Amino acid sequence: MRFVYIALALLCLTMPARAEEIVLGLSQDEVAITATFEGSRILIFGAVKRDGTETAEGDLGVIITVSGPKAPITVRRKERRYGIWINADAVEVDSAPSYYSVSTSGPFESVLKGVEDLRYSITIPHAIRSVGATVEDSEAFTEALIRIRSDARLYSTFVGTVDLEEDTLFRTAINLPSNITEGNYEARIFLTRGGVVIDEYDTVIPVEKVGIERWLYRMAQDNAVLYGLMSLAIAVAAGWGASAAFAALRR
Amino acid sequence: MLIYLPIAEVSVNAFLLLGLGGIVGILSGMFGVGGGFLMTPLLFFIGIPPAVAVATEANQIVASSFSGVLAHLRRKTVDIKMGLVLQAGGLVGSGLGIFVFNYLKSMGQVDLLVKIFYVVFLGAIGSLMFVESINTLRRTSKGRAAPKRRKHNWVHNLPFKMKFRVSGLYISVIPPLLVGMVVGVLAAIMGVGGGFIMVPAMIYLLGMPTKVVVGTSLFQIIFVTAFTTMLHATTNHTVDIALALLLLIGGVIGAQIGTRIGVKLKAEQLRILLAVMVLGVCVKLSFDLLLTPRELFVLGTAGGH
Repeated sequence: MRFVYIALALLCLTMPARAEEIVLGLSQDEVAITATFEGSRILIFGAVKRDGTETAEGDLGVIITVSGPKAPITVRRKERRYGIWINADAVEVDSAPSYYSVSTSGPFESVLKGVEDLRYSITIPHAIRSVGATVEDSEAFTEALIRIRSDARLYSTFVGTVDLEEDTLFRTAINLPSNITEGNYEARIFLTRGGVVIDEYDTVIPVEKVGIERWLYRMAQDNAVLYGLMSLAIAVAAGWGASAAFAALRR
Repeated sequence: MLIYLPIAEVSVNAFLLLGLGGIVGILSGMFGVGGGFLMTPLLFFIGIPPAVAVATEANQIVASSFSGVLAHLRRKTVDIKMGLVLQAGGLVGSGLGIFVFNYLKSMGQVDLLVKIFYVVFLGAIGSLMFVESINTLRRTSKGRAAPKRRKHNWVHNLPFKMKFRVSGLYISVIPPLLVGMVVGVLAAIMGVGGGFIMVPAMIYLLGMPTKVVVGTSLFQIIFVTAFTTMLHATTNHTVDIALALLLLIGGVIGAQIGTRIGVKLKAEQLRILLAVMVLGVCVKLSFDLLLTPRELFVLGTAGGH
């Protein structure tokens, strides 16, 4: 992975000085998951800074992606054998984000060229990395992954939801659903001209459990025996409590 | 009211969980089953990850069966001695079951074999129990006295006899030990508490009175599920205490209500209802196997079996 960054950095060095740059702001720089977490709305806004030199050809576009932590995942396919449905083939997807959203200022044809999408892994299919799949028609498996996660509102594409005013100010709202997991969420903002990326700005939004959520989670991981005993104690106490309450009611 | 569950990492409606716990608790108190067979798929359905659902479920069953047992203890319908003997067999069975499970797993497609086996098993038990209870009910309604189900057979000629006063039995400890063991094996393989198999086994194989069976089954379920909870909590860290709490508040109340309903029913009626439920689970499992699933693909964490 690292060499990719180095390659990108080298690429940037060889490019001429950028005539247009992104200046960014966030409505909140972290997301706290509390016990009553019902999702979160993050405003991402910014401006295009120009140094006065000649700008590139084509229309200006803004694309914003937000990606949750990436992890490998196994996709299994059921198949009917001897009349019953069983798990048959499986494909290991090397890296899939737990959450992913793409918002654009316009239709993909006008704001992003296919080759640029491939290079920067912007749209959902490109954000998922799956190499070395040994099963025939492995695309069906990645498609299924995208479909299942989209149904769970974890993967989404919003075309035209980035407001771009006067080719300078841009703004969008990202609604994180309530079923997101902890981790560092990476927000990437791309500035394009004629579908070619002319600037990229990356920032990290940490999503963390806080308060009792954090305490319970840490305890379950670090003090598993105590946590298990506590769960049992609660169960027994509740069982006894209900029994005593009902006995008292009957009297 | 939405609550974010710290281990399951999803937001769920608290009242929905209270209600689910309550319904399963009622069944638990009535029939002496844990209710895991019902709760687990429901939890999957509302989006709880399977590993968390199975582990948390065990913890919730501890609560509802404890609540139910206390209600039964007050009515003196728990055969503690029998429960302990069954438990002793059950522990051996669970150990054996985990061994068998790992062996089958190494051969592949274990889930499938177990499911098919379970469908056949539940189908057979359910139908037999249903026919038997209907016949008994019909005979009693015609005015004739119900014949004693407890017949003298080979079971009564085995050595190591023991008195089980609450059940009114004087039998060898070997059959209860064996029943406990077989249920333990099945429970470990299926990942369920085994109340389903235990209850009919106690009625038909051991000849225990139906009223005592429910309390005694709940009594031994407490230990099985408490053990399972600890196992999951320490090895997989998948017990979600917030989820458990919501489910068990509903569960303990449901168990109390269930026990009261159970006491009001005739033994035959109770057995018919139980038979219907066993058959229902059987049908549901066979549908899962036979019908084309809505989504052919499933996601799992990498590196799993």
